[in-house]
Amino acid sequence: MAATPLVELHDVTKRYGAGPLVLDRVSLVAAPGDFISLIGPSGCGKSTLLRLIAGLSPASAGTLQLDGRTPEQAAAELAFVFQEPTLLPWLTVASNVALPQQLRGLSPADRAATSRRVLDLVRLGDRAAAYPRQLSGGQKMRVSIARALSLSPKILLLDEPFGALDEMTREHLNEELLAIRQQQAWTAFFVTHSVAEAVFLSNRIVVMAASPGRIHTEITVPLTYPRTAATRLSREYHDLVAEVSRILRSVESAAA
Amino acid sequence: MSKRLLQILLPAATGVIFILAWYALRFSMNEEMQFLLPTPGEIIASFRDNGDSLARAALNTTEGALLGFAGAIVVSAGLALTLSLSSLIRISLYPYLMMLQMIPVIIFAPILILWVGPGLKSVVVITFLICFFPLVVNTTQGLISTDRNSVELFRMYRASRLQEIFLLRAPAALPYFFTGLRIAAVLAPIGALVGDYTAGSSAGDGGGLGFQAIIYSSQAKYPALFATAAVTCVLGFVFVGVVVGLSWLALHHWHDSYERTDT
Ligand SMILES: Nc1ncnc2c1ncn2[C@@H]1O[C@H](COP(=O)(O)OP(=O)(O)OP(=O)(O)O)[C@@H](O)[C@H]1O
Ligand SMILES: [Mg+2]
Repeated sequence: MAATPLVELHDVTKRYGAGPLVLDRVSLVAAPGDFISLIGPSGCGKSTLLRLIAGLSPASAGTLQLDGRTPEQAAAELAFVFQEPTLLPWLTVASNVALPQQLRGLSPADRAATSRRVLDLVRLGDRAAAYPRQLSGGQKMRVSIARALSLSPKILLLDEPFGALDEMTREHLNEELLAIRQQQAWTAFFVTHSVAEAVFLSNRIVVMAASPGRIHTEITVPLTYPRTAATRLSREYHDLVAEVSRILRSVESAAA
Repeated sequence: MSKRLLQILLPAATGVIFILAWYALRFSMNEEMQFLLPTPGEIIASFRDNGDSLARAALNTTEGALLGFAGAIVVSAGLALTLSLSSLIRISLYPYLMMLQMIPVIIFAPILILWVGPGLKSVVVITFLICFFPLVVNTTQGLISTDRNSVELFRMYRASRLQEIFLLRAPAALPYFFTGLRIAAVLAPIGALVGDYTAGSSAGDGGGLGFQAIIYSSQAKYPALFATAAVTCVLGFVFVGVVVGLSWLALHHWHDSYERTDT
């Protein structure tokens, strides 16, 4: 691919204060449209890496560029989906989705139109007036994703967004996420503990190792998009899941 | 039997038993001691006989309680916002806030009279002092207990400090604020009464319930004294009732404390 890089990490190193090395010289280049899954043992710095890209935490060394700019400057192009839905319980679903626009100072009329559009995207248009506590876990997560999409980000950062959901719901949301991506072309960094999820969603899987956190291997997923539920039945998919699981196990046993 | 019905019947039954016991106690007393315990009937009659003075005193106490309560809400909200800004400010001010709460109002009253004059002004200040602490402590706690992820979300979208306070921290603190408000609502009428008892005055408006209680006891109007206590209770219920209602309005559609249980 000759596309100009959208995200460029070069020897990014991270330490919290005087603590141990959390990320050791991580280099990674993402092209527009990439869907990159980050997978690795607990504590290897996946969340930290996302937070660095998001500009929520500074790198200790190395360079990090988004679209040729610093994360601070590129803030408008970024959206983050946390592991928890992180909805404000006193706002309706529609107002929660409209929050990023409200913080940007957009008018209520513009906000309403966009909120409706992204809520339809996650198939929750009919729950706009509900409060978060009236939703199921999966629905809350979809609202959270709709909120992240509301500012049409170029880069979407997702930190184990479906980690707390049951497998059925998770598979459903995986398919939905890919369907949405057909309509909104963003580049994704997706942290997960599920190999199956990583294979299903991404075109690139980055396996990380711990102590210190670093990139161990990268695996390209040659499955073609659009991927559907049927993809999970294919031989190729199963072989890939097996291969990534094997690599992950070797990384984890090396750490133990 | 439905739970609803029990919730009405049981307290009603307790009330009847209580009143019967009251009469029994009263009529088992020596004739010359009976004045110490007026019957509910005598107390109701004293409402009629002292209606004017009671109503005027109740109005004055309500005014004092309301002003002190409202002042405490406004000032505590401002102070809580300041305290929520930094733990250094909290550490420097908390001991003195505690001290403010520890000051025995009774001892403070004579000085207060010299400072602001007796009557309504003193009553308002004393009510303010009594209501202030639970409000400040609870609201501050609410403002600093905001969910970490939500704060990150706001930072992620580059929210301004004001947006963070008014769109996130303040609404998140509402349940805590109402906890403080409920405590303060119980304290406000009592504070106004104590304030009036220790620093009240007949000048101007003729004093409140505390001052009226002093007059009744000097006139040996014991049933009227019981009536004064009853009026104070009612006042307390009204204060708490209004706060409970406001709290419901502000929280019922989203806060877990109002979650409907399916039973
Ligand atoms: N704010 C922080 N201050 C100090 N140390 C931190 C902080 N956040 C994370 N760490 C440390 O950095 C290391 C990596 O943490 P991180 O949360 O990035 O791991 P992770 O790969 O996301 O783990 P998991 O899969 O369990 O979510 C851990 O050792 C953790 O203790
Ligand atoms: Mg993590």
